[in-house]
Amino acid sequence: MSEFPCRDVDLVVVGAGPAGLAAAISAKKNGVQDLIVIERNDWLGGILPQCIHDGFGLELFKEQLTGPEYAQRYIDELKERGISCLLNSMVLEVTPEKKVFVASPEGLVCFNAKAVILAMGCRERTRGQICIPGTRPAGVFTAGVAQNLINLRNVMVGRNMVILGSGDIGLIMARRLTLEGAKVHAVVEILPHTNGLPRNIQQCLIDYDIPLLLSHTVTEIHGQNRVEAVTISPVDENLKPIEGKEKKIPCDTLLLSIGLIPENDLSKNFGVKLSPVTGGAVVDETLETSVPGVFACGNALHVHDVVDFVTLEAEQAGKSAAEYVLGKAQKAERVPVEAGDGVRYVLPYSIRRGVDVELSIRVTCPGENVSVGFFDGETLVKKKQFRKVHPAQMINIKLKGSKTVAVNALKVEVVGK
Amino acid sequence: MNGKSDVLVIGAGVIGCAIARELSKFKIKTTLLEKEVDVGSGVSKGNSGVLHTGLYYPKGSLKAKLCVEGRLMFPALAEQLDVPYRLCGKHVIARTEEELEDLENLKAVGEGNGVEGLTIISGEELKKRETRLDALYALYSPVAGIFPPYLFTIALAENALNNGVKVHVNTKVSAIKQENGGYKVTTNQGDFYADFVVNSAGLYADKISAMVGLDDYKLYPCRGEYLLLDKNCGDLISSMVYPVPPKIAGVLGVHLTPTLDGNVMIGPTEEFIDSREDTRTTKEKVQQLVEGAKDLLPSIPLNQIIYGFAAVRSKITPPNEKTSRDFIIQEDLENFINMIGMESPGLTSSPAIAKLIVQMIQKKMDLKEKTDFNPIRKRTKPVSEASRTEQAALIKADPEYGEIVCRCEHVSKREVLDALDNPISEKTVAAVKYRTRAGMGRCHGGFCLPKIVEILKEEYGIPPEEIKLKNLDSVLFIGKTKDLRESGQSE
Repeated sequence: MSEFPCRDVDLVVVGAGPAGLAAAISAKKNGVQDLIVIERNDWLGGILPQCIHDGFGLELFKEQLTGPEYAQRYIDELKERGISCLLNSMVLEVTPEKKVFVASPEGLVCFNAKAVILAMGCRERTRGQICIPGTRPAGVFTAGVAQNLINLRNVMVGRNMVILGSGDIGLIMARRLTLEGAKVHAVVEILPHTNGLPRNIQQCLIDYDIPLLLSHTVTEIHGQNRVEAVTISPVDENLKPIEGKEKKIPCDTLLLSIGLIPENDLSKNFGVKLSPVTGGAVVDETLETSVPGVFACGNALHVHDVVDFVTLEAEQAGKSAAEYVLGKAQKAERVPVEAGDGVRYVLPYSIRRGVDVELSIRVTCPGENVSVGFFDGETLVKKKQFRKVHPAQMINIKLKGSKTVAVNALKVEVVGK
Repeated sequence: MNGKSDVLVIGAGVIGCAIARELSKFKIKTTLLEKEVDVGSGVSKGNSGVLHTGLYYPKGSLKAKLCVEGRLMFPALAEQLDVPYRLCGKHVIARTEEELEDLENLKAVGEGNGVEGLTIISGEELKKRETRLDALYALYSPVAGIFPPYLFTIALAENALNNGVKVHVNTKVSAIKQENGGYKVTTNQGDFYADFVVNSAGLYADKISAMVGLDDYKLYPCRGEYLLLDKNCGDLISSMVYPVPPKIAGVLGVHLTPTLDGNVMIGPTEEFIDSREDTRTTKEKVQQLVEGAKDLLPSIPLNQIIYGFAAVRSKITPPNEKTSRDFIIQEDLENFINMIGMESPGLTSSPAIAKLIVQMIQKKMDLKEKTDFNPIRKRTKPVSEASRTEQAALIKADPEYGEIVCRCEHVSKREVLDALDNPISEKTVAAVKYRTRAGMGRCHGGFCLPKIVEILKEEYGIPPEEIKLKNLDSVLFIGKTKDLRESGQSE
């Protein structure tokens, strides 16, 4: 006898960004009739509507779409398939029994779900998380927040910029701000290599003569009320600032593009096991988490390079959730997959023996003419050669089920120089 | 023309606000002046938020007396003002046999000051209570507590205001003159007149004192830096954890303080600085905090740091002096009370200081109690603190409760609107942050800032270039998106 409505539902999808949309469509296609998508914002598409640049959809549609155009294809399909969606609705809590509590101006609702897909996306790392010393004035924004303000809220954040971090959003914003009449004095990257896609380095920095300072970082923020300058400094091979080499750059704005973190506050609170490396859920090859019937995909699972891969992954999560809801999911013993030398992480974290799988691998540093090897103990199970590998570019490798029939565990390593 | 008050309080930190609230119980005209755009803008918001027990101060000192009294007054006051708190207790830990003696000394001083319930426990007993802590012994103080100091300060000011006190923010005193048996106080908002002046200017109390010719005081600004851990660190510690204090005057050592919301605060540092406004954080002190925290709790997850901040203490004790000087609270001039060196335990002591000040004024002025003083102040109920059933009822009664603006701290639009409609502060982003926690979470305003900007635009008609972060000069935006191009200002 609760004081708020409770509803049984087969599937709740948390988040209507690219992952949530594709997962919901896929679940419906695969037979789930009774499903609902919950979205915090009052629009569908998540981050995509603020990504007004093009380059989306090259993998899936072989077209150069803008973010809003890419999102619209899925929004249209969601509507055509009659999938219901609650906007302006915040999931406050998911319980291990898969009760999903949702607050919106319409009221508080509890959904008793058979399955849940976690598609909350990610959030940006902030100034506080990397402890940039200095004052705390107005004018320090994360790149995605600046993008939201400029493209969706019609608010211009500043005139003279320094951008810390060469992640893709930072690069895109360097170009966007330049087009809006601001001066981007430098993009500063602590690593000796960039974290953005090569095409973004070319199209966003080089084409606009914006300096990229590798092996540099911001060591202090100045200005009592509004940013007045930042101090930048070269760093040594341990990424420590080199004393005496500091340089002060006058500016009124510091944008931060220093990493994305899967958003898993909800997941953690109901016992979903998370990877300390990715910050996302630990999943098997069906994208099921440690809580049965709960699946994860998109940037809530791990941060993807391009949205097309988010969509593909989410389609798998939707299919797996459908199988679970329809009672088709098979219980099976799994073998662990582990990241070895030169590999930051591998997804999934476990696989079924004898089943064809595709693994996503992120290397720790750039390399040329290297191989990625799959080992069961000392035994090489599979090896694939790459002309170039880069941390900013996910490697996807298909592994035939025939190769894993008898393995005990898999370790993925970068081999050869 | 601002009219004449009976009592004028300069400085709306926690002590000034407590005094104003205490004075609002009487049939007099009280005015509270604050140079910043909100109350509690200085060290009152940048401290550990601790209800101190009174372990560290010599017997008979004002610090000892007011700390113990203030602590005993606090729970009832917090209930009246709807300020959340928890008496979580505190452990001072000893890692060597020699430090046991320090604990015993602290215990003796505390007991002499009237601190109840102090016990020294073994390392094994400590381990049962705080499973991640290793120490040989600990001094346990059950009556120590935690609360958000900014909420307390705001609550005191709001309650004072509701009981008739005039609160003027953005009002900076530039001169004080004795005139017609009272005082003329000149500010950027015109002149104020009062029979009695209370100098509660904290970090600037010496400057205010000098304005009436009492220029013997010198305050030494001393910066304290903190690091804040994510609220998912709530299970790290359940009580405050302090080292044995280093043998430096007034220094408690880097300690760990849980917050009501599950964060853990690391700090503060101690560093005498030149400029009173220099609230920078520094690489060196961040490193010191990291090491201090690891020393207390080796397993502390330092990758969970979400923010660093600093505030500046007003010390009357010079940098090289061995023992910490006491608070100075005295009527240095006819009808002019100075409060100098109001550092820790000023927050805990504030209710008792307010009582003391009223007693001092009573000797000079006939204070008649009001019959209609209302001690109760309610804050907007935070949706995050409500049960599911309560949340359902709140949203049903007011749909703005169902729109969550801050996703990290689950702050609703109702709370944000009420914070912006507050009767004291300018409509800054910080005013929302300190009243609601929107922007205090792990994204530190990333998600809620665009929404708050939208609310300021839509509900209050404030254009982007007039939206301020924390004071009137901290302009967040330069205008609308096409403004730079169209104005030809582009670089």
